[in-house]
Amino acid sequence: QKVTVAVLDHLEHLALVDFRDSEGVEQLQKAIQFADQLHEVNTDGVEPMDSVLEDRCVYLREDDVTEGNCTKELLKNAKEKVEEYFVAPPGNIPLPKLEERDSFLQ
Amino acid sequence: QVSAALREGRVSPTELCQRCLSLIKSTKFLNAYISVAEETALKQAEESEKRYRRGQPLGVLDGIPVAVKDNFNTAGIETTCASNMLKGYISPYNATVVQKLLDQGAVLLGKTNLDEFAMGSGSTDGVFGPVRNPWSYSRQYKEKSVPKCHCEDKEPSWVITGGSSGGSAAAVSAFTCFAALGSDTGGSTRNPAALCGLVGLKPTYGLISRHGLIPLVNSMDVPGILTRCVDDAAVVLGSLAGHDPKDSTTVQDNFKPFEVPNVTDLSKFSIGIPKEYHAPGLSSEILALWSKAADLFKNAGAKVIEVSLPHTPYSIVCYHVLCTAEVASNMARFDGLQYGHRAAASQSTESMYAATRREGFSQVVRGRILSGNYFLLKQNYENYFIKAQKVRRLIAQDFVKVFRSGVDVLLTPTTLRDAMPYKEFIQEDNRTRSAQDDILTQAANIAGLPAINVPAALSERGLPVGLQFIGCSFQEKQLLTIAKWFEKQVKFPVIQLEEMEKHDHGVFQHQKSAYFS
Repeated sequence: QKVTVAVLDHLEHLALVDFRDSEGVEQLQKAIQFADQLHEVNTDGVEPMDSVLEDRCVYLREDDVTEGNCTKELLKNAKEKVEEYFVAPPGNIPLPKLEERDSFLQ
Repeated sequence: QVSAALREGRVSPTELCQRCLSLIKSTKFLNAYISVAEETALKQAEESEKRYRRGQPLGVLDGIPVAVKDNFNTAGIETTCASNMLKGYISPYNATVVQKLLDQGAVLLGKTNLDEFAMGSGSTDGVFGPVRNPWSYSRQYKEKSVPKCHCEDKEPSWVITGGSSGGSAAAVSAFTCFAALGSDTGGSTRNPAALCGLVGLKPTYGLISRHGLIPLVNSMDVPGILTRCVDDAAVVLGSLAGHDPKDSTTVQDNFKPFEVPNVTDLSKFSIGIPKEYHAPGLSSEILALWSKAADLFKNAGAKVIEVSLPHTPYSIVCYHVLCTAEVASNMARFDGLQYGHRAAASQSTESMYAATRREGFSQVVRGRILSGNYFLLKQNYENYFIKAQKVRRLIAQDFVKVFRSGVDVLLTPTTLRDAMPYKEFIQEDNRTRSAQDDILTQAANIAGLPAINVPAALSERGLPVGLQFIGCSFQEKQLLTIAKWFEKQVKFPVIQLEEMEKHDHGVFQHQKSAYFS
């Protein structure tokens, strides 16, 4: 079962990462094929496992501020900044549709 | 031994540091290091020297040169994960494990090379190029290789270190440091340990803090320890293990650092040999070695029994799905806004993120992100992600059943074969190679169990081959005890590097059987 272009496009949107070329798409197909082997295993009545520490009560600290005041250091690594702000391009503009953007999937 | 030498004043921390730094320079062709922190290392060595002069060293690790894989945050030193996404990124903080090493007085020489974002099993897929296995330049390997034709280059083709912690492995194997940190998500510490003839310890999940380790798979990642002998691994483990309030996935149990006991009576130990680890593609050499090792334990009085971990053939598939899914989530933080590479695109945040990630991530990383996102799609979530989580439980239960039946430790091969020549390795893509090479190691990550590679012998090609011991959760002491006994029996040979023979210093004589104390 081949993955449709619609799904590939959807994935590029979700991941904000591109397939780049046919090899990229082929890679996904192979990955799915490989993963399909899971269906050979009988998992009736088995609960999914999130973490090997599921039986333990892990430590959660109090919601108190204990560290911080390192604005200068944190801003050092940002490329675009103004005063104490990280600068982002305008939000709420979705990625252009497939027909309008520069994607291999075209 | 080197620690004792420091205490007795036979060598000084600055001398030791300088020799390691110069060795790093002369072994630059290995490409083991991405960044060498020469100035800060020498400063740390000087501080250490002052402490020794006052007779107040911080501990066994004081003054010991170490290296750290470049996916651990180090304050003031570039942390790149061998990716364009983080080139030039200088972290404002130290990973907890790095801080702990520094607090013990260890001298941080630099950051080692890896596969990009620790995705790979060869240490060949980072933006700084592949790491070369020091054994490629050993007398043992050169003697065994048949020159193809006299007109070609005089050196036989160099072999890979394995991965993804290949840089750390090469650094320790070439004597440029005494211990190195790696990370282990699917075998990334044990695999290069096996191919480079080192002890590679993957601790129990939850024992050592992951705070500051740039995550790949949150439910499986652990910091790994690479050393030249089991005792050294125990020393490093002792300084790193324990609850970290900054990492909620570390357990709160009290950890007691230990010295590995020397056992001679193995009669109370039960060694399990899981038959499914006789995986397709396992070289006959390693199969024979595994069998010989089992006999060694049997003859020493241990109970050696064949056991079954029936879901083993599916563990690599389960790992593949869970890994790509968690990767898809973890890599989402790289958007260029707060740190790392940022693309010039500025029409919208989404297009900036997309361009940044397009430019910053390699094909391997992008491939895993896209696969992971596929498995997490609403229509696939139940069939792939949840399914894999169920299989995960089955795999973990397999181990529990075997350990409950009285087995103390499992003995398995670590890799399918000895180190492959680079030219051969790159003929298959990263995903294929990872699936092949992780097959014997990643079940321990799925189940969160401690596992260790112990170098066992040289292959017919003169390259290291190791065997793996897998233990019960949080039973590192027992695991290392058995590993140490085995290490003593096999007497794995020291690498004979011509580089080493040039530096004929007393210090390096100690390295032949390098203990810390």
